Amino acid sequence: MIALAWKSIRNRWPTALLAVLAIAMSVALILTVEKIRRDARNSFTQTISGTDLIIGARSGAVQLLLYSVFRIGNATNNISWESVDDIKKRAAIDWIIPISLGDSHASFRVLGTNLDYFSHYRYADKRSLELANGELFDDVFDAVIGSEVAAKLNYKVDDQIVVAHGTGKANLVVHDKQPFRVSGILKATGTPVDRAVHVSLEGIEAMHVDWQNGAAVKGEATRADTIRQMDLQPKAVTALLVGLKSRAMVFREQRAINTYRAEPLLAILPGVALSELWGLVSVAEIALFIVSICVVVAGLVNLISVLLAGLNERRREMAVLRSAGARPSHIFALLCIESTVLTLAGIVVGVVMHYVLIALGSLFMQEKFGLSIALAPPDGTDVKILFTIAVAGLIAGCVPALQAYRKSLSDGLSQRL
Amino acid sequence: MADAAAKIVDLDHVQYTWPGEANAVLNIPGFSINRGERVFLRGPSGSGKTTLLSLIAAVLSPQTGRIVVDDVDLGTLRGGQKDQFRVDRIGLVFQQFNLLPFLSVRDNILLPCRFSKNRRNEACRNGASLVEESDRLLQAMNLAPSDVNNKPVTSLSVGQQQRVAVARALIGRPPLIIADEPTSALDSDTQQAFIELLFNEVKAARSTLLFVSHDASLASTFDRRVDLPDINIITGSGTVPAVSK
Ligand SMILES: Nc1ncnc2c1ncn2[C@@H]1O[C@H](COP(=O)(O)OP(=O)(O)OP(=O)(O)O)[C@@H](O)[C@H]1O
Ligand SMILES: [Mg+2]
Repeated sequence: MIALAWKSIRNRWPTALLAVLAIAMSVALILTVEKIRRDARNSFTQTISGTDLIIGARSGAVQLLLYSVFRIGNATNNISWESVDDIKKRAAIDWIIPISLGDSHASFRVLGTNLDYFSHYRYADKRSLELANGELFDDVFDAVIGSEVAAKLNYKVDDQIVVAHGTGKANLVVHDKQPFRVSGILKATGTPVDRAVHVSLEGIEAMHVDWQNGAAVKGEATRADTIRQMDLQPKAVTALLVGLKSRAMVFREQRAINTYRAEPLLAILPGVALSELWGLVSVAEIALFIVSICVVVAGLVNLISVLLAGLNERRREMAVLRSAGARPSHIFALLCIESTVLTLAGIVVGVVMHYVLIALGSLFMQEKFGLSIALAPPDGTDVKILFTIAVAGLIAGCVPALQAYRKSLSDGLSQRL
Repeated sequence: MADAAAKIVDLDHVQYTWPGEANAVLNIPGFSINRGERVFLRGPSGSGKTTLLSLIAAVLSPQTGRIVVDDVDLGTLRGGQKDQFRVDRIGLVFQQFNLLPFLSVRDNILLPCRFSKNRRNEACRNGASLVEESDRLLQAMNLAPSDVNNKPVTSLSVGQQQRVAVARALIGRPPLIIADEPTSALDSDTQQAFIELLFNEVKAARSTLLFVSHDASLASTFDRRVDLPDINIITGSGTVPAVSK
């Protein structure tokens, strides 16, 4: 029976191929959507760990999380240095990483911070940042670059780089008068750190010495050595990453900062903000998932219609088979096997297409959104999805098979066209 | 009893009505075929010839009456037994589209052997392999095995296809060969040649032949000629008159 079914499919390969492709595409789509969803979450969750609170100017929790950690969007307000000093003095606080954003270098963000960033920032499973080459910044004009910055722009330690004001891609005003030097290159982390140019907070100030109200001051540029002599104490930072001495104090500290009088501030727990973000995203995720399911259903409906359409012209084949001793159950089985083979082939091709898509798409996702999508064997959910599709395909195949079964019982030996 | 054994087909007060139809197409008080006989069944289109063959081949079951084929009362067979019975004892040839397009000529001929051990054993009785037997039948049908075996079924001419179908009906020497207008797609010269080949092989296999056609000109060479309307007692409007015993 299987040999017969196989030969029958081979004979009808153009329609069979289309049915397989329809299923394959739906399988590839649903797997890819699922994969991107999962990896995006993973990628986000992996980006920050070990930070108890993120503090920024008062805005939305999700917004603060997005711009401070994921470098998506921009801060509307800063935290004044006085507030930073105040917060530093709090007894519960163990360490504090100031972050100053707002400048860019060849479409990579420039992040002003201090050396605490390298000793306290943790990602993934409490891993700390490591240098691949060179040293941490030591001078006002030193920069430590992420692995991707180095790879994309082909930078080595001691290269001179020029930083631009603003974070857009077009019409950047280049701070070309005070070139920076690459002092170190970080190891890859798979987080936004890879795409950042890290300089000291003083470095950020230094870039803006010849700027006033967002415009370059006319005349001679101040020389680097002169700048080094200047007072480069920052007046404000964009956000603070805070580690507490004890996690138990996190809510008290959060409340204290949220009710800080001198300036409207917002303190968030990264985990809580992240789940808030998922809450927002899940609507889109569900919509996407429903669309994928619809595509799968369309693929299966197509399978049924291909089989049903073929059925009419195949009624005489059924009569021949019956005349040669095939039972109605054989004919039922024949069609079921055919649809199963088509579904399974569709699934296999779909999985292959999925991996090709991921292989191609991961480059794009990494570049565009900084999401690292890794090739991985299908996991539990994927297997469940594939299994469901296989079962649905089997059931779908039963519809035409049942039809053929009934016809082969009622037609007799007459070959009706 | 000797009489019964001499009959390969015996119908007794058989009535058949298609499901959903008001009137019976067939009402046959009695009809039989002797072993080894070559019977020509004639009747106008729509008179129920194919329906009768379906009944004899146990594809359909009559609402009333008894059909005995090769000493088996078809009424005693259940589901799958009927299919087994059919492939074991009957070789069938249709009007056209006899061959499965997705199988080779050889696989088409060997199709009954796939489903029937009897046919398989019988085909190999002379120590020949199935392939050899299939090629022998092709040759008997005036087809060169080396030629047709390599061609897709669909590239054969209609006449060639019909001869392949006969080879399939004959493989494993079933006691009864039923042919439903196998020649109607052929021109008259080919028809005559076809019937000759069919006769030779039916004789060689010592089978009985029930041959249906509406073309009376073919009837002369047969042992017996039956007009379906003569044995099928239905009135013009299709109402079935009571049958007196
Ligand atoms: N599957 C079916 N369902 C319902 N009615 C049918 C079916 N097959 C045949 N009939 C009816 O039964 C009657 C006899 O049909 P049948 O095919 O036996 O005729 P026939 O003598 O073989 O005709 P032809 O010479 O054209 O082949 C016709 O009226 C036809 O409409
Ligand atoms: Mg007919």
